[in-house]
Amino acid sequence: MLSNSDFPLIQIQTNSCCASATDQPGKFVPDFNQPFVSGFVETPVGRLPRVSSKPTRQDQWGTIKARLTAFRMDYKIDPGLYALGHPDNHSPVFVSANYKMSFDYLRQALAGRSGWILVLDTKGINVWCAAGKGTFGTDELVRRIESSGMKKIVSHRKLILPQLGAPGVAAHKVKQLSGFHVQYGPVRAEDLPAYLDAGCKATETMRIKTFDWKERAELIPIELIAAIKPFLLLAAAFLIISGMIGPSGFWNNVTHIGVFAVFALLGAVIGGTVIHPLLLPYLPWRAFSIKGFAIGFAVTLMLLYLRGMDLFTWSGKIEALAWLMIVPAISGYLAMNFTGCSTYTSLSGVKKEMRWALPLEMTSVAVGIFMWLGAVLIS
Amino acid sequence: MKNHIYLKNVVTLHLDKNKCTGCGMCLDVCPHDVFRTNEKHVLIQNRDACMECGACSRNCPANAISVASGVGCAAAVINSMLGKEGECCCGPSDAGDKGCCS
Repeated sequence: MLSNSDFPLIQIQTNSCCASATDQPGKFVPDFNQPFVSGFVETPVGRLPRVSSKPTRQDQWGTIKARLTAFRMDYKIDPGLYALGHPDNHSPVFVSANYKMSFDYLRQALAGRSGWILVLDTKGINVWCAAGKGTFGTDELVRRIESSGMKKIVSHRKLILPQLGAPGVAAHKVKQLSGFHVQYGPVRAEDLPAYLDAGCKATETMRIKTFDWKERAELIPIELIAAIKPFLLLAAAFLIISGMIGPSGFWNNVTHIGVFAVFALLGAVIGGTVIHPLLLPYLPWRAFSIKGFAIGFAVTLMLLYLRGMDLFTWSGKIEALAWLMIVPAISGYLAMNFTGCSTYTSLSGVKKEMRWALPLEMTSVAVGIFMWLGAVLIS
Repeated sequence: MKNHIYLKNVVTLHLDKNKCTGCGMCLDVCPHDVFRTNEKHVLIQNRDACMECGACSRNCPANAISVASGVGCAAAVINSMLGKEGECCCGPSDAGDKGCCS
């Protein structure tokens, strides 16, 4: 196990009490003590950290946590130049973001190969989002090329960038400013071996960003968990209010009216955050809100049927209608929010959809709640 | 499942055929097969598949492409409607905001 005393130079750099790693001007070397660093390599600019393509338990656990919790908000590594395997001055240079999952996907895709990985400081954000915001960008890339001393390490002048970094990087400008020629590799890191073996040529399939059911399903936990807290607050409110204003005693009301409300709200949440992503391409409308409305509507009808409501009384009719206003609106809203996670919606499209969908959702929920209150009061 | 399509006729993508040199960078960087080439210059073949990511306009050395790119996220649009600073706050920030994507 390496310790700080093995690298006296690095000790001076990393133990500085005031300067953070990213504040340092000039040459900057990633911290060798990061848990995924498996060794070091000697280069003309000094020692650099070495990584392998095999994930450790810690790496795998980190990926799971990042998919499920806010753990992903601070899951980053030091930017700078890393050695993968046993690279030399002819080895390819891959560029990545300092979100650890991006880095891990890259190195794991390159099993059995050697290369250099230049990690940009994207503030711990993944490649595509960072490219959209500009942090995975021309300037940062050029800065890292200089600060890493790469020009002394490789004799070629080629960089392989993930295709999804393109929104932030102007390849022709990078060439002008640094002399390095940017080649855009495939969208998915796992296609890199085939890309490399074909002489850095991508097939048409490698250049398309898909959104298949697995990719959609991966996004469900985050969406669902984000909806849980508002759901609990709303559920509590409905339970208490039904208890207070219902026709009989508090607990009787809660069981006969409040509990259904909780199921209805849960149905709305599951419809919007779980069912919608899974069924996305199979629902005929283009706007996400409409897909969400449809799911919410179906869920409500099913719940009303299972409850066996008395639709002959006014109270029954109005309460059923109230849920048909509330649940689809909530599912629609949650579905609309999925545009942020999807890979094919345009900002212009989202704005256009929201212009009519958001007021509709808000009005529908408000009217629905009034109707529900009315129905409970007159029952 | 190929070809997810969002709304029709909304994107701000524009290609100036006169400036296009046919270098094909946009074909390489577009993640949704929006462009095709007729060997002389590039054409838009599937405008509705464009998600306005801006990769094409950013990488066009001839400045032949323009598109209004931005965070295509409902939460970001709501934030800006409410007048909140910055769009969707992705990832860690000094204020400790929760982001919607990372």
